[in-house]
Amino acid sequence: MLSYLVHRILIMIPTLLAISALTFMIIQLPPGDYLETYIAELESQGENVDPAKIQYLREQYGLDEPMIVQYAYWLGGLLHGDMGYSFEYSQPVSKIVGDRLLLTFVVTLATVLFTYIVAFPIGVYSATHQYSWSDYGLTFFGFLGLATPNFLLALVLLYLFNRYFGISIGGLMEPEFVDTPWSMGKLMSVIQHLVVPTVVIGTAGTAGMIRRLRANLLDELQKQYVVTGRAKGLPPLKLLLKYPLRMSLNPFISDIGDLLPELVSGSVIVSVVMSLPTTGPMLLAALRSQDMYLAGSFLMFLAMLTVIGMFISDLALAVLDPRIRLHGGATK
Amino acid sequence: MTAPTAPQGRLPHYVSTAPFDPYSVELMTAEQERYFLASQWKMMWWKLKRHRLAVISGAILLVMYTSILFSEMIAPYNLHSRFTDFVYAPPQPVHLFHEGKFEGPFVYAFHYSLDMDNLQRIYTPLDGETLPPDMTQAPPAELHKLRFFCRGDAYEYLGLIDGSFHLVCPARDGTLFLMGTDRLGRDMLSRIIQGTRISLTVGLIGVTISFLLGITIGGFAGYYGGWVDIIVQRVIEVLRSLPELPLWLALSAALPVNWSPTLIYFGITVILGLLDWTGLARAVRSKLLSLREEDFCTAAQLMGASPSRIIGRHLLPSFMSHLIASATLRIPAMILGETALSFLGLGLRPPITSWGVLLNEAQNINVVVLYPWLMLPVLPVVIMVLAFNFFGDGLRDAADPYK
Repeated sequence: MLSYLVHRILIMIPTLLAISALTFMIIQLPPGDYLETYIAELESQGENVDPAKIQYLREQYGLDEPMIVQYAYWLGGLLHGDMGYSFEYSQPVSKIVGDRLLLTFVVTLATVLFTYIVAFPIGVYSATHQYSWSDYGLTFFGFLGLATPNFLLALVLLYLFNRYFGISIGGLMEPEFVDTPWSMGKLMSVIQHLVVPTVVIGTAGTAGMIRRLRANLLDELQKQYVVTGRAKGLPPLKLLLKYPLRMSLNPFISDIGDLLPELVSGSVIVSVVMSLPTTGPMLLAALRSQDMYLAGSFLMFLAMLTVIGMFISDLALAVLDPRIRLHGGATK
Repeated sequence: MTAPTAPQGRLPHYVSTAPFDPYSVELMTAEQERYFLASQWKMMWWKLKRHRLAVISGAILLVMYTSILFSEMIAPYNLHSRFTDFVYAPPQPVHLFHEGKFEGPFVYAFHYSLDMDNLQRIYTPLDGETLPPDMTQAPPAELHKLRFFCRGDAYEYLGLIDGSFHLVCPARDGTLFLMGTDRLGRDMLSRIIQGTRISLTVGLIGVTISFLLGITIGGFAGYYGGWVDIIVQRVIEVLRSLPELPLWLALSAALPVNWSPTLIYFGITVILGLLDWTGLARAVRSKLLSLREEDFCTAAQLMGASPSRIIGRHLLPSFMSHLIASATLRIPAMILGETALSFLGLGLRPPITSWGVLLNEAQNINVVVLYPWLMLPVLPVVIMVLAFNFFGDGLRDAADPYK
C-alpha cells in the first residue's frame, strides 16, 4: 500500500507541472497584456498615460522578460503560496481569493455528497427493477437533468425558492449576515442558500452516475455467482448487498475522476448566474480584463481540486479493491 | 438386446439418379443468407431499427438538420426584423375558433398599453372579451388569420439568392409572434429557427475536429506504443483532469477582440473540438494496441504498407462504427458548451445568432419573472441534447457486435 501511495504521488507531480505550464500558456495567449488593457482604459477615459510609469510597471511585474522566465517566477511563487499580483485589484492574489477558494471547495464537496446520496439509491433501484415503469421514469428524469443547461435551471430554481421559501436571490447567505461573524443563524442561512447551487450543479453528474451504476450493477446481476446465491436460498436483499453491489461500487468510486471536472465546470457557470462568492464570477471577470495572475491562480486551483480529488478516489479504490493495489496502478 | 435380424435375401444395388449437390447440407434459407452476407453497416441498421427510441430521435435529428437548409423559409420573419411597437410582447397563441365559429388558424391582435405605475408594458389580446386596463369597455375582436406558402420578409437565401417565400406569414398588417418578442421587438420563433443553423453546426464541426484529432493521435499512440504512447497518455491525463468550462472560457477569452463574428464562430468550434479528442483517442489507442498484434496487420507490414495506411485502411475500419457512435454522444456536450459560452458572453457574438446567444438575454432573474418566453430557446437545446443522447446510445448498441 505504501509503495502504491508513493508511486501515485510521484505521478501527480509531473501532471501538476504540465497543468501549470498549460495554464500559464493560456493566460499568455491573448494578444497584449494587462498593462495594455489598462492603458487603453485610461486613454478612453481621457487621462494621460505617463510612459515612464508604464515602463516602471512593466519592469516591476517582469512583463518584459521572456515568457519562460515569467513562468519560472510564477511557478516559484506558487510553490510557497505567493500567487502573484492582481493588476485589477492592486492587491496580492492570495488576499483576494482566500475566501472564494474555501467556498468553492465547500460547494464542490456538498455537490459530491449530494451526487452520491441521490445517485446511489436511484441507481440500485433502477438496476434491480430493470424495464419497469419506475426505471424508465427515473432514467428519463436523469436524461432531462443531463440535457437542461445548468444556468437556466439555476435561474428558475432561484426564482421558485425565493417565491415559496423566501430565500434571497443570489449570494450564499441572507444580506443581513454579510460581514457578520459566524453564528448559528449565519450557518443555517448558508446551508439554505447552498441547496439550489448543489442541486443544480449536481444534476448532470447525478444523471451520469445513475446510468453508470445501473449499467455496472446490471452486468454483475447477470453473473453466475448471483444465480448460485439465489439457488442456495440467500434472501434477495442480503444477496444484493453482499456480492453484486460491492462489485459494482468499484467504478462508482473511480468515476469521481470524471465527476469532479464536471462539477467544477458546472459550479463556475452556476455561480456566475447566482452570483455566489466562489471562484466562478471572479474568474470570468479576470479573464475578461486579462488579469492574468488572478485568472491563472483560479485555473490552477480548479485543476488542482480535480487532480487531488482523483488522487483520493484512487486511494479509496486501492483500499477497497486489492487487485488495483497489487498491480501498482500501472494497468487500467 | 437381440441382434437385428438379417434381411431376407440381398437388396438390389440402388443408386439415386437425382443430381447431387455436396453442399446441400450447408444450404441456407434466403433469409439466413441475407443475414450472413450482410455488411457491417447493414447489420447496424437492422439492430438500430429495433431500438424505437433511437429511431424516433434519429428522425428528430434528421428533421432539425434538414431545417437548417431552409431556415429562412420556415421562419415567419427575418432574423433582424424589428417591431418597435411590440417590445417584449408575450406569445400569441394560435386559435381555430372564434365565438364557436371555425375561422381557420388565426391569432388575436394585441392592444398595447403602458402601466404607468411600474412602467410595465401590457399586451391584451383583442378577443372581444378581455378588457385592456386603459379602456372601460372591451373593444371588438380583431383576428389576424395566418397565411401559408406566402410572400413575406425578403431575405437572401444562403447569402446568394433573393427570396421572400415563407412557409407561414402573419396576416397583412398583422403580427405573428408565436413565441413572443425580445427586448428589440424581434420575433423569438424566427430567431430560434434561424439560430438552429449555428447551434447545430457548432457541434458538428467541433466533433469532426475532435474526431480527426482523436483518431490520428490515438492511432499513432496505439500503433507505435513505447514512448509515443507514454507521452500521449500523459497529455490525455492532464487534459482530462482540467475542468472543461473554465478552460473553454480562458481560450475563448483569448480570441482577439477584433475578429469578425464569423471568425469567432470558427474559433469557438475549434476550441470545443481541441479539448474534446481525449476520450476518443483513448478508445482508439486501446483498440489498436490489441489489433496491431493480429496476423493481418503483420501481413500488411510485410507487404510494405506504411503505418498510416495500415492504421487507416486495415485497423480503423474494424471499429469505425463504434467510434462514430461514441462521437455522436459527444455532440450534445458541444451544443451545451457553446450555449454556456455564449450565455456568459464569451462565446458567439451578435449578429451571429445561436441558441446560446438568445439565452444570453435570459441571464437575468427579472426575465424569469416578467418575460419567461425569453427562456424558450432552451427547449430546442433540451430536445437536441436528448435526441443525440438516445440516438447515440442506440447507435452504440447497434455497433456492438456482441449484443
